[in-house]
Amino acid sequence: MAITSEKPSVEFRMSMLLYDTRYRSITIQIIFLFLFMAGAAWLIDNTVQNLRALGKDFNFGFLGVRAGYDINQRLIEYSNDSTHGRAMLVGLLNTLLLALVSCLTATVIGVFAGVLRLSKNWIVSKLMGIYVEMFRNVPLLLWIIIIFAVMTESMPSPNAFRGDTPTASMLFFDTVAITNRGVYAPGPLFTTSLGSVNLGVISVSMNFLLIMATVIGSIWVNILIRRNASVVQEATGIRPVTWWKSLLVLFVPIIVVLVVLGFHLEYPELRGFNFVGGSYMRNSFTAMWLALSIYTGAFIAENVRAGIMAISKGQSEAAFALGLRPSWTMNLVILPQALRVIIPPLISQYLNITKNTSLGIAVGYMDLRSTLGGITLNQTGRELEAMLMLMAIYLTVSLLISGAMNVYNNSVKLQER
Amino acid sequence: MSDTHSQTVSYVRDTMLAEKTPPVSQVGAVRWVRENLFSGPLNSILTIVGILAVWFLVGHIGPWFLNAVWHAGSLSECREILQGATGACFGVIKDRWHQLLFGFYPQDAYWRPTLTFVLLIVAVAPVLFDRVPRKMFWFSILYPALAFWLLWGGTIWFPVVAMLGFVIAVVIFRVLTPISSLLGLIASLVVPVMWWLFLTAPLADSLSQALPIGIASIKSDQFGGFMISIIIGVTGIALSLPIGILLALGRKSDLLLVKWICVGFIEFIRGVPLITLLFTASLLLNYFLPPGSNFDIVLRVVIMVTLFAAAYMAEVIRGGLAALPRGQYEAADALGLDYWKAQRLIIMPQALKISIPGIVNTFIGLFKDTTLVVFIGILDPIGLSNAIRADSNWNGIYWELFGFIALMFFIFCFSMSRYSMYLENKLKTDHR
Repeated sequence: MAITSEKPSVEFRMSMLLYDTRYRSITIQIIFLFLFMAGAAWLIDNTVQNLRALGKDFNFGFLGVRAGYDINQRLIEYSNDSTHGRAMLVGLLNTLLLALVSCLTATVIGVFAGVLRLSKNWIVSKLMGIYVEMFRNVPLLLWIIIIFAVMTESMPSPNAFRGDTPTASMLFFDTVAITNRGVYAPGPLFTTSLGSVNLGVISVSMNFLLIMATVIGSIWVNILIRRNASVVQEATGIRPVTWWKSLLVLFVPIIVVLVVLGFHLEYPELRGFNFVGGSYMRNSFTAMWLALSIYTGAFIAENVRAGIMAISKGQSEAAFALGLRPSWTMNLVILPQALRVIIPPLISQYLNITKNTSLGIAVGYMDLRSTLGGITLNQTGRELEAMLMLMAIYLTVSLLISGAMNVYNNSVKLQER
Repeated sequence: MSDTHSQTVSYVRDTMLAEKTPPVSQVGAVRWVRENLFSGPLNSILTIVGILAVWFLVGHIGPWFLNAVWHAGSLSECREILQGATGACFGVIKDRWHQLLFGFYPQDAYWRPTLTFVLLIVAVAPVLFDRVPRKMFWFSILYPALAFWLLWGGTIWFPVVAMLGFVIAVVIFRVLTPISSLLGLIASLVVPVMWWLFLTAPLADSLSQALPIGIASIKSDQFGGFMISIIIGVTGIALSLPIGILLALGRKSDLLLVKWICVGFIEFIRGVPLITLLFTASLLLNYFLPPGSNFDIVLRVVIMVTLFAAAYMAEVIRGGLAALPRGQYEAADALGLDYWKAQRLIIMPQALKISIPGIVNTFIGLFKDTTLVVFIGILDPIGLSNAIRADSNWNGIYWELFGFIALMFFIFCFSMSRYSMYLENKLKTDHR
């Protein structure tokens, strides 16, 4: 085969757009872009035509209009004179509240169930296996409805607590009443209130801020103490005793603050036809909370189990060879490594919880979907705007959660070369 | 030494003793109980708590099951039979069994969904188990059109003509590829689409007028019960895997534009709840489609559920692709395989194998998510349970219906997860 000395011709031919790998990717992308733009233009054109045919326009002015409906669970001031925009905010806060508490309880349930499923105890591991399989293989919606039905149908009415021989009694030394109208529990009250600070759209109680600041401050100081102890240990080989300092820092400030604020509990009381006072959880909230936590807990249990099983047996054997106790082996060797495996799926479980709060529609929980995507949408007839906003908000919340959790994941993940 | 020894010991054993039985605590059930239930204080406490939990559950649910009433026409009749004792009233399942399975599908046509379901098992068998004769694949390919015709009814010519589109695609591809592979590919994509868009309806109409073969047509709003869950679930499962693979490849593609569009699509779908997508299907699709067009609600739901599952599938498969060692890609390149051949012969078989658990999890999730269609007015089992309760005969019946629905879902989902374990075991090639 003769070797040609002349340079290959670089003259550009149209066929090179298809057959030359240097140009083909550009051709494909341009065709793809063209198809994509054509599709988008087609959708937008259809939408414009349809809107015109219906005599509607596209604007978000309805958010400033009086809503005219009540929301039964609200974290911020709201009345039916407020605007649709504020109703949306109330709904969003309800969604976030439900997601937050469900994430916390689901994690606790999941970690317990996951660890217990690996337990050597036959009966406990089998029970946990049944729990996990039962909840993972039945739709969440069904669990929500079942738990809601338990709350509303099987629980006693407030009337049953009345009289000389009541058929129902309050739990925990007469402090908590579970009725078919909801759960009544003791509520926190303060005799000296610091008032509240107005942050534009929402007003926050100063008492709450002070307590939060104290707790965060105590935890921060405690971290400093522990870090300092580690530094001393590195330098001298002897770890200073810190447990009493930690106890002091963690508990004394918060107790002082609570005493100064005059913290006491208000207990629910049966008055008239219903319980009065204390804090009140609606059935819709309780059912959603329980269902989301128990259902997602089953998934988290599997993630935890997979994470622990992913750590090779050699690790625990090495720890035992070093003379570590079983509990230390778990805390110092297994869990820190398992955590790295557990966290990524845990993030998606948290995202699932957040998205699944929208199933509140089944029990009438007033979340974002029920306010903005429900009553507001039906009252104003702005399907397009309301649904787009709804999706945009859910998308933002999801991206924020996954962003924050990814930062955390990067901080604990194994640093590889 | 031995002398002294023999003098000090007056007796030397010269026969072996019979083996002693091990202590009772070290054998059989007792040992098992000691090891598995009472090995330490914590373990003993757990055991006792566990036994109490089981006792509590059995004590509450047991009598309810044992006293169950199977023959009753209404809840009040059940209560009369029970005379105050706790007991389930499974009479409602017996009474409304058909409704829970088929919704408001015409009674004389129940054989159609039943036959479709039986044929579904036949069609799925060659996909699931490789011991089934390979020729059965031809039936699996024909099955979608057959199922569509059996369920919705109408003229047989519509599915036949629609399937002809695929035949045309294959023929064009076979004929044109030797001339020009690109021309073959484009023509085999464009011509069938044209066929479906412009020729299928008129051709099917004229054929059905010339040769009217068909069965009674049944509208989508009469569908319901587990039938609708299975229709949506199976269609979604069958379609979401290929779309998910394409999306995953798009996300890993070198073509920036394709990559970003795929990333945008996947992240958007994964960021919003399925409910909002279903509401979009029922409320907004009319805005996005040409004025005056209106298509079937079940079809809309299937499209949305499929897209939703496909985005999750794409992420699962991306995980499988990422888990594959880099050397596999390089080996495929070194063999001179082009992109699609490398994907088909080397990358995908391994990546899909790695992601089997995730894929099946997505399938299970999709099947469970079919219950959400109740919110846009489709009578799935949960919707029907409300409808049954609205009847004065069964007003106030909860647990029996919920239990039945939960059991059915459990059977479907649990068998899917068991199949995934079987498949993983079968495909396992490492020798551990």
